[in-house]
Amino acid sequence: MSTSTEAEPQEQAAERTPRRRGDAVFSGAALGAGVLIMLALAGVAIFLVVESVPALSASGDQAYGADNIVVYIWPLLYGTILAAIIALLIATPLAVGVALVISHYAPRKIARFLGYVIDLLAAVPSVVYGLWGRETLQGWVFPIYQWLHDNLGFLPFFKGPVTTGRTILTAGLVLAVMVLPIITALCREVFAQTPVMHQEAALALGATRWEMIRMAVFPYSRSGVVSSVMLGLGRALGETMAVALVLSASGVITINLISSQNPSTIAANIALNYANASGTKANVLIAGGLVLFVVTFAVNFLGRWLATRGQVKE
Amino acid sequence: MADLDKTASLDRDLQPLTNPQLPAIGPVLAAVVAWGAAGLVALLLGWNIAGWLVLGWVAFIVVLPAWSSAVEGKRSAIDRLVTSLVWSTFVIAMLPLIAVSWTVIERGAPAFSVEFFTSDQSGVIGVGGGILHAVIGTLVITLIATLISVPVGIMAAVYLVEYGKGNRMSRILTFLVDVMTGIPSIVAGLFALALFTLLLGPLPRLAIGGSIALSVLMIPIVVRSTEEMLKLVSNELREGAYALGVPKWRTITKVVIPTALGGIVTGATLAVARVAGETAPLLLIAGTLRSVNWNPFEGGMATLPVLIFSEATKGGAKPEYVAAQLERAWGAALVLIIIVMGLNLLARVVGAYFSPKTGR
Repeated sequence: MSTSTEAEPQEQAAERTPRRRGDAVFSGAALGAGVLIMLALAGVAIFLVVESVPALSASGDQAYGADNIVVYIWPLLYGTILAAIIALLIATPLAVGVALVISHYAPRKIARFLGYVIDLLAAVPSVVYGLWGRETLQGWVFPIYQWLHDNLGFLPFFKGPVTTGRTILTAGLVLAVMVLPIITALCREVFAQTPVMHQEAALALGATRWEMIRMAVFPYSRSGVVSSVMLGLGRALGETMAVALVLSASGVITINLISSQNPSTIAANIALNYANASGTKANVLIAGGLVLFVVTFAVNFLGRWLATRGQVKE
Repeated sequence: MADLDKTASLDRDLQPLTNPQLPAIGPVLAAVVAWGAAGLVALLLGWNIAGWLVLGWVAFIVVLPAWSSAVEGKRSAIDRLVTSLVWSTFVIAMLPLIAVSWTVIERGAPAFSVEFFTSDQSGVIGVGGGILHAVIGTLVITLIATLISVPVGIMAAVYLVEYGKGNRMSRILTFLVDVMTGIPSIVAGLFALALFTLLLGPLPRLAIGGSIALSVLMIPIVVRSTEEMLKLVSNELREGAYALGVPKWRTITKVVIPTALGGIVTGATLAVARVAGETAPLLLIAGTLRSVNWNPFEGGMATLPVLIFSEATKGGAKPEYVAAQLERAWGAALVLIIIVMGLNLLARVVGAYFSPKTGR
């Protein structure tokens, strides 16, 4: 009842204000921009689907030698996920540590500067990381892979044979460097939002700094950290150039991380094959892109959902 | 019973008020001891500097908590261990940044010459030529993408903050912008490829398509940052303008946006920096032209990131061709990094220059 009595005067007031043409044009333009974004996203989905349809019937030469589209895309999807998981296993602990340095360990003035420096890590273009991984990093990690193969060769991951540094593990390392600043930036915000009262209460009860972080900061920010990892995963799944440049791929399914026979990823495969994609080959590649789009969409959706669920908790 | 109480209180009297602590210089001492000992071992075994640093780090991680455990007790020891580990993660995170910057400068700088910046690759086989065509391509394609993305992004953010205010449309739009932020760059490229395949036939090469693909990646970044900035503008300013009878659209253009301008420009500049280094979409749609092309509506354009990729992967008939191509790739990488870092720096400077109005 109270709502209706409040609403009436407002409606009357709205009628009394003159309709100005400028207002109509401007709000129309704002709405139009919003609609345009929706159309663009719908366009992305629609064009990908339309161009993917011919790929469903592709086989043999037109599907790059695979029997059908599923057989062709499946190993690529496996490689995509494997590389992303390696990247996250490396990047997540580092990112949480770096975020803690910036939010809790470094003195306030230095922390700002350190934040900028980590942001610079995100500013380096992916193709430069790829070039660096291909030319420089692979030489550095090669002796380490040999050592892993000699000493831990009984594990299926390090079976080898080690003939190149351009393996899926190197690709994962480069991806880790690239997602690290993303996860760090999000974790940093989440850690900084922990109520100061909780932290001071913990310290006042005699907790050491680590105990304070473990008991006051981590429980509060758990869902935020998980969602930031999901968003990092979304980025790692879709990253193209670094993998395309670093990986010496042959499209197999294996958990051997350091041999010269590596699974490729969807994105890298598109980048490497688009140039001679004639006929339905182009459609096959676009179908791969559609699969990638759906997977990253799902991962990002989950990440956002976790983030908003974490916010509601406050 | 009384006896027991008495001894307990006596004990308490005898205990010091504070726990024993390591001296403030303790971690430094531990570091000196750890890396000193590691240095001796490394010298004896003939290890290189990397081995020495890693061994010293391991020793430090052991020595400091062990000492702390002996003097201060277990809880402090764990605290010191975690502190060391957390700072270590930061150092590790810095290594790739330093390594990449160093390598790019070391290998890219020798490529710089007058010819490198004033000529293109037309007619060049292997050695010689420059990257002018790629620099022009990057500038033109990024500029057009900016011209598309910034107005659309800002207006969409205005809709979200000023008009939508949590209605159904604005909630959907917020969600879709979130989704768009996560679109892999290659998918944006495939979108442009699919669009122009339908319009022009198979394997189109069109620079404007690159701009459209980049816009798909850039718009959500602009919307996000602008939205955050508009939300920071205090409602008193808007209400003050309304109270004076100013129409809503003039309030937005004359009060709200100027107040948030610093943040908006910073966000847009960072978005430009982000897409200027994008490779995958441009590889798919803009292609690898070898000569200068100023017209985005006709034919492809080479861009710096694509040039880096193609020169690095091309291979060649002679070893010196491959070496020249790699040198060109590193030189282009250095140019690209200078452009991107310059834009980042510009964004900070612009943000600082415009921001006093918001008081943040």
